[in-house]
Amino acid sequence: MLDPYIESILIFVGINIVLSLSLYLPVSAGLLSLGQGGFMAIGAYVSGYMTSVMEMPFWLALLAGGVVAGLVGLLVGIPSLRIKGVYLIIMTMGFGEIVRVFYLNFEPTGAASGMGGIPVHTTLPVVALVTACVLFLCYQIRGSRIGRALEAVREDELAAEVIGINLTQVKVAIFGLGAAVAGIGGCLFAHYATFIDPGQFGFQRSAEIFIMVVLGGMGNFVGAAIGAVVLTILPELLRIGGMQEWRMTFFGVLLVIIMIVRPLGLIGARR
Amino acid sequence: MLLLQQVVNGVMLGSTYSLIAIGYTLVFGVLHLIHLAHGEVFMIGAFVALQVVLLAGGGLGTALPAAAVASATVGVLIYLVAVKPIMARKGHLFAPMISTIGAGLVLQELATRIFGGEQVGFPVQMESHVWHVGGITITSVQVVILTVSLGLMLALHLFVTMTRVGMAMRATAESMVISHSLGIRSDRIILLTFAIASALAGIAGVLVGMSFNSISPYMGVDMGIKGLAAMLLGGLGNVYGAMLGGLVIGVVEVISVGYLSSSYRDAFAFFVIIAVLLFRPRGIFGSTAHVEG
Repeated sequence: MLDPYIESILIFVGINIVLSLSLYLPVSAGLLSLGQGGFMAIGAYVSGYMTSVMEMPFWLALLAGGVVAGLVGLLVGIPSLRIKGVYLIIMTMGFGEIVRVFYLNFEPTGAASGMGGIPVHTTLPVVALVTACVLFLCYQIRGSRIGRALEAVREDELAAEVIGINLTQVKVAIFGLGAAVAGIGGCLFAHYATFIDPGQFGFQRSAEIFIMVVLGGMGNFVGAAIGAVVLTILPELLRIGGMQEWRMTFFGVLLVIIMIVRPLGLIGARR
Repeated sequence: MLLLQQVVNGVMLGSTYSLIAIGYTLVFGVLHLIHLAHGEVFMIGAFVALQVVLLAGGGLGTALPAAAVASATVGVLIYLVAVKPIMARKGHLFAPMISTIGAGLVLQELATRIFGGEQVGFPVQMESHVWHVGGITITSVQVVILTVSLGLMLALHLFVTMTRVGMAMRATAESMVISHSLGIRSDRIILLTFAIASALAGIAGVLVGMSFNSISPYMGVDMGIKGLAAMLLGGLGNVYGAMLGGLVIGVVEVISVGYLSSSYRDAFAFFVIIAVLLFRPRGIFGSTAHVEG
């Protein structure tokens, strides 16, 4: 058997890869979001409620968490057609905050005191399977017609529209898909943590997901995945290195250094 | 009358948001950078002022300059260590932003280590006068907060419009390349911008600490988000937009608490922003220049 500590790290590596890819998807069309924590919360709460209160099977809950988060993502994606760049980042940040405050006040899921008693379903094989599926999805998208359309939209919207790409469809769809993946990530998280509260899905979480993608490199999905791996394992290594007390300081310093040394991310922007 | 009272309270709260939003917008103006450690700079200002007042005594007259100097120093350091080296290299648009998140994490933990993680009360207490003006209650703390923040905003307005350095700052924000070729030392202007932005945040730290009578190492996060929201509402890079944006968010927040529900207070500001963005994506005063981001 695997050491439980190692196993928990591996599970978090998987969950974080899923979350990081959830942001990579909209980023691949040039849509940056600092609100993935909000979609994650929706996935976590919907699926957690289904398995703990309604006693539904895990796979159904996983699916439902993804679908609900994806639908909300489609709704949020519509304004993303009008705004770009920094404005979109702050708007998605606002969305994340609204979701957090919503669950902070939503009585059926325990409001501020959180929701406990969620059964453990997120084992290593489950995480590995889901992570593999999401990675495969990203791989398939990259080589496909849709992937090329996304790339065109990211590089030059006007040109993309001129050659006949439906901007509306592409942007809303990819934003929704990213939200759905974030919802699935939230579902995995909820069924590992067994207890969730709104604070876990706040701005910090969204920023963490954002950091993973930029750290790894926004150019391709392998970069995003590697960013997730590094960001999960690094703080644990610092823990082993006896720097427990100053963990976040070292982490912050490393973040600054990595950005100075490799401003394009660890993998760079190879396309 | 109740509404009027809410507006007065909202303006007071909002004027501190304005001070923070001005900092964001000044930095964004010259560097096109969202300075995500700005909330932590605000928090450092509050803590240093607290320590100085505890050690050296004195009231507001000591606390405000101490916070301003400390925050300005920290802000300039952040620029020199975490922003400038990245700006110098061609990288991602968002690499400097990520790096400021790192800097913010460091500041947060340093503050927790040095000052302790708990909320502490703020010792600058003034004899609290309470005035009743036609049914509205105004406390002396509110008067101080309003005077200080509005005074600073006026000073900033005079500075950027009347002085040569202020003009150089505006020129740099307009176009760094051109102003540089015209002989403006953009390096120094950027440093100055960070110093001013951070000093304003530090002073806001003292004002907020005084009005809520509590400061904690994590107070920068919420405040930072509100400040960003205020900047966005006013339009990126626009100083007057940031002032107005902060006031609007403060008033909306207080009124939503008064008439709807206090538990949703942190979300209402964002509802307003999303609504504004849908109808006027560039913010109230924003130019279209930054919409392309």
